[in-house]
Amino acid sequence: MADFPHFLCPGQAEGLVLRLDEPLSLWGGLDAATGRIIDQHHPQVGMSISGTMLVMPSGRGSSSASAVLLEAIRCGTAPAAIIMEHPDAIVALGAIVAAELYDVTLPVVVVSPQTLATYITGDSLSL
Amino acid sequence: MPLHLTAEDQQLLDGGSGPGAQMAMRIVVRLAEALEAEQLLTISGAHVDSCLYHGPSTLAFAERLLALGASVKVPTTLNVSSLDLLHPDLFTGDPKEAEQSRLLTECYKGLGGQPTWTCAPYQLNERPGFGQHVAWAESNAIVFANSVLGARTDRYGDFIDICAAITGRAPAAGLHLQENRRARRVFDVSGLPSALLDSDWLFPVLGALVGATTGVQVPVVTGVPGGQPEHRLKSLGAAAASSGGIGMFHMVGSTPEAPTLSEALGGVDPLEVTQVSLADLNETRASLSTATGLSLGSVCLGTPHYSLDEFAVLVPLLSGRQVHPSVNFLVSTGRGIYHELQLRGWLGTLEAAGVTVVVDTCTYLSPALSGGTGPAMTDSAKWAYYAPSNLGVEVTLASTAECVNSAINGVVTVDESLWANG
Repeated sequence: MADFPHFLCPGQAEGLVLRLDEPLSLWGGLDAATGRIIDQHHPQVGMSISGTMLVMPSGRGSSSASAVLLEAIRCGTAPAAIIMEHPDAIVALGAIVAAELYDVTLPVVVVSPQTLATYITGDSLSL
Repeated sequence: MPLHLTAEDQQLLDGGSGPGAQMAMRIVVRLAEALEAEQLLTISGAHVDSCLYHGPSTLAFAERLLALGASVKVPTTLNVSSLDLLHPDLFTGDPKEAEQSRLLTECYKGLGGQPTWTCAPYQLNERPGFGQHVAWAESNAIVFANSVLGARTDRYGDFIDICAAITGRAPAAGLHLQENRRARRVFDVSGLPSALLDSDWLFPVLGALVGATTGVQVPVVTGVPGGQPEHRLKSLGAAAASSGGIGMFHMVGSTPEAPTLSEALGGVDPLEVTQVSLADLNETRASLSTATGLSLGSVCLGTPHYSLDEFAVLVPLLSGRQVHPSVNFLVSTGRGIYHELQLRGWLGTLEAAGVTVVVDTCTYLSPALSGGTGPAMTDSAKWAYYAPSNLGVEVTLASTAECVNSAINGVVTVDESLWANG
């Protein structure tokens, strides 16, 4: 990526940062009905990502993640924005289709590893 | 460089081929822009994962495309649904959700998808050739297409799979491009005991370790004898795409873009070289086996869908034996393989032993399919990875033979000798 930040899906959002210690596969990892992390292997299992500025290094695992993100957006349990270090088509697609289907924007942003490192859980952030 | 569209792309985007194709092209273009692709490329086929029901929004998306008159432009296979469409009684969950799932499968058939209902489209008769561009979703299928077939697909998710199928186009990005296919990390297993290197049982565990360590970078495994059979490569790839985010791996001497380590690396020094030890593998194995006791409720094999080669190992292990009445023994596979099992008489052997062969779906999708909530056993690292979250069950990851012996004994029965030092 030449310039940072790079919007995989454009939009504006603000909220409190939730920084994930490990990548999260949304399918099998997120309960779209509640917005909680259910991946038993994830260090932050049980936490809610709902309304957060969700910071994670990358996506992971299943290609159904797009569908789970779309369903979370429909249910109102999705994060306010997703910020990653590596571009991830599967995560971006959930947000792209939400814009198409429900006219809802959820920014998905790629930033440099240096910038990503400055986001601390609980900090206020706006995009 | 901004995205360049051909006249034909632009015509689709402007609605010249109807509003359904226009919607699909809009999504393809948005993704291409997100990935900073400079152009789109033509695909020869697609594998669609979007037919698995995840809630009303996923049905709304398919119904919208169908209502707008979209249909696929290239041969398109369909992934598993959440139902065994041939044996609907196997589903014991919410009938309303079953109906929604069934409607979704009808939508994707209506859009022109072939009712293959398998997560292992590489086990169908027609499969993409070396260097062919396709748009595949389903993480294990993506890894197999890129790594084992040498076909080219990026890590596609739900929605873009069907949009690529409808437009016949995909962003020229990611693993479609040569420069992104070279390995960045080396996993050297030459220090492992030779008996383990000779065993099927190494591959799911090694895959889980590689995926968790490498994240999204393309890995290369070296130190395994060349010419490994497809079922081992499949098992490694499925595991690595569950514990990690990879879309491709190389194995020196076994995958087509890795005749040598240097060629897999594209002549560039790797970022990191990991010497894989027995202790590392035992740690990975322990992390995937969450069960603490020996009691056993079910054995679930076939994630990804069992191949004929895998059945050829399983059937003799079960022939003339009887699964313990307290254990549900389920094997998932595709319709094509199921038909072949009937022809060969293997289905009869399995059923006589007390095994249920499940088609069109996968047992790890919901408790309604997995044969109960008791502790489970599997030979699939992918199943072991997802089952505790999806099903709420404890799981023991083991070899196929250990799974069979445990099912017959009615208690978890494992042989640790392969994993012991010396």
